[in-house]
Amino acid sequence: MEKNTGKNGKRKSNLSKEKLQDMYMKMLHTRAFEEKVAYFFSRGMVHGTTHLYVGEEATAVGAIANLRADDWITSTHRGHGHTIAKGLDLNRMMAELLGKETGYCKGKGGSMHISDITLGHLGANGIVGGGIPIATGAALTVKLRGEDKVVICFFGDGAINEGTFHESVNMASAWKLPVIYLCENNQYGMSTSQKKATNIDDLSVRAQAYGIPGKRIDGNDIFEVYETVREAKEYVKKNGPYLIVAETYRYLGHSKSDANRYRTKEEINEWKTKDPIPRMRIYLEENKIFTPEELDGMETKAKQDIENAVEYAKNSPDPDPADLLTDVYAD
Amino acid sequence: MSQREITYAKAINEAMSEEMRRDKEIFFMGEDIGIYGGAFGVSVGMIEEFGETRVRDTPISEAAIIGAAAGAAATGSRPIAEIQFSDFISIGIDQLGNQAAKMRYMFGGRAQVPMVVRAPIGSGTGAAAQHSQSQEAWYCHIPGLKVVTPSTPYDAKGLLKSAIRDNNPVVFLEQKLLYRKKGLVPDEEYTIPLCKGEIKREGTDLSIISWGRMVPMVLEVAEKLAKEKKCEIEVIDPRTLMPLDKQIIIDSVKKTGKAMIVHEAVLTGGYGGEIAAVIADSEAFFHLDAPIRRVGGFDVPIPYNPELERNAVPTPERIEANIRELLQ
Ligand SMILES: Cc1ncc(C[n+]2csc(CCOP(=O)(O)OP(=O)(O)O)c2C)c(N)n1
Ligand SMILES: [Mg+2]
Repeated sequence: MEKNTGKNGKRKSNLSKEKLQDMYMKMLHTRAFEEKVAYFFSRGMVHGTTHLYVGEEATAVGAIANLRADDWITSTHRGHGHTIAKGLDLNRMMAELLGKETGYCKGKGGSMHISDITLGHLGANGIVGGGIPIATGAALTVKLRGEDKVVICFFGDGAINEGTFHESVNMASAWKLPVIYLCENNQYGMSTSQKKATNIDDLSVRAQAYGIPGKRIDGNDIFEVYETVREAKEYVKKNGPYLIVAETYRYLGHSKSDANRYRTKEEINEWKTKDPIPRMRIYLEENKIFTPEELDGMETKAKQDIENAVEYAKNSPDPDPADLLTDVYAD
Repeated sequence: MSQREITYAKAINEAMSEEMRRDKEIFFMGEDIGIYGGAFGVSVGMIEEFGETRVRDTPISEAAIIGAAAGAAATGSRPIAEIQFSDFISIGIDQLGNQAAKMRYMFGGRAQVPMVVRAPIGSGTGAAAQHSQSQEAWYCHIPGLKVVTPSTPYDAKGLLKSAIRDNNPVVFLEQKLLYRKKGLVPDEEYTIPLCKGEIKREGTDLSIISWGRMVPMVLEVAEKLAKEKKCEIEVIDPRTLMPLDKQIIIDSVKKTGKAMIVHEAVLTGGYGGEIAAVIADSEAFFHLDAPIRRVGGFDVPIPYNPELERNAVPTPERIEANIRELLQ
């Protein structure tokens, strides 16, 4: 895996300046959003639990940069990054975390259920592996209706050991459905190392069992993620599913109650040298796409946008108590 | 008899550890139960004592956890399987309901499946719709399973030891919101038999049958109404829901003439309906001087917002209002 040395500067990317700015901003927004949420939890200001995406931003942003608003994704319990990358509104996301009426789920879902069907987001998920069949079904709709869309199914290295993964990939492969299964291997499912939970090093070899292509990539290199997903997108539209395993790492605990007893400080620090955000920044600077001042400005703006989202959320009303009984059934 | 105050979580830890010291066939498996100590810290220290062979961190594979427990149990081991949240039992419910529960009967009584599936149940932690359910009625509807849910540290320890020694698959449902609650537990070894309820408070005016974390809530309301000289409520905790100690319920209702069932699970199809039917079907029916009342969760998934969440399930206020109505 490449170190944070500026090697990325040599990589050629034909993305437009606007696109690069959008991608960089989405990584910054995700980082700032998560840091704010971590702060809320440490102060006991938010109810429940949460799973933060800090360190993994390049995977969601690089992958989803290939999608249109009407392409579908399924997300996970660690879903804020996918959600921001899919273009959902920061204000309404923050409002959902605070359980407000203006949140994406009217305060009923919280962190683990944020979704917006109108923006192609089929939901974070409280069930590990729960989104994998859902993505498969979305791809089935696309195929049955003859639509020009793709589905990206995000899931973790832990989820890859659920039956839902194996059943879904096989079905999608047999039916040649347009879905990219994107495993975010952040090395652990909660406290359990991927190396202990399976007897394989490279999870992408599982693709072979289903007769589909599989590729292992550096999930902290936004350009590698972008390019791989771009190729996979063209492939799945014609040929059926593709498995990508993006190697990445979460710096923070699994959830708010994690003493990090299962890994070392050295390991965490080693991964911090591969942080995807400085890596993209180095690329943008070395190629003189943006000046350092412009990049600093983006960082300031990202933080300010999150502050604004917090203000919006705090000033939003709580749900009406009568909402408890609504939305159980469709009309 | 010397006693100590310990938490509900610690009581469960002690029950498992004592049994594992006693019987080498017992092993324990589940997600993050080793060095992490379990999602709720129940198994802290166990991997240090028993090692990785007997305290096994599993992949995230609930169907295999439950099914492998059944297979191990049928072949001479005595597994304890932890499912991180009871909501995820549904991923392994085929193995539980179609395999573990039925094996003995299907095989003409020539097999036994001595396993325990432990899992935390209930709402109140802000974890929303997929981490907060109370699905005890699902498991009670499967002949061959025993279903246990303790409401105190004392009951948790004594019942879990019996569940581990039982030669049948037992679903042991732990109350998330009670994990940190403390209670007195004897220093000496003890067990509590399965399938035996307990009168948690004696009373004369109304019998309330309740379980899990609703028991302390009902007791609190009962004390309040007793102080106000409104009524004396008898509170019964069946502790084992399946097979049910019907007699303790029938006897109480015969005495008080009124019955109410309080559970956290959604009302419709909840186990309260079964208990109401047990009462209505028995000689207690002739002693009733009011309709049997059920108080349960509303028929909705558990919402995230704290106020909505609190009100989705019975609250002390709602329990009290129902009691007042029934006693009128
Ligand atoms: C079916 C199911 N089993 C267990 C859990 C508890 N749990 C939540 S996240 C998690 C770890 C998931 O690991 P992975 O898929 O690698 O995702 P990551 O958290 O690393 O992003 C576990 C065990 C769950 N929510 N759902
Ligand atoms: Mg993981």
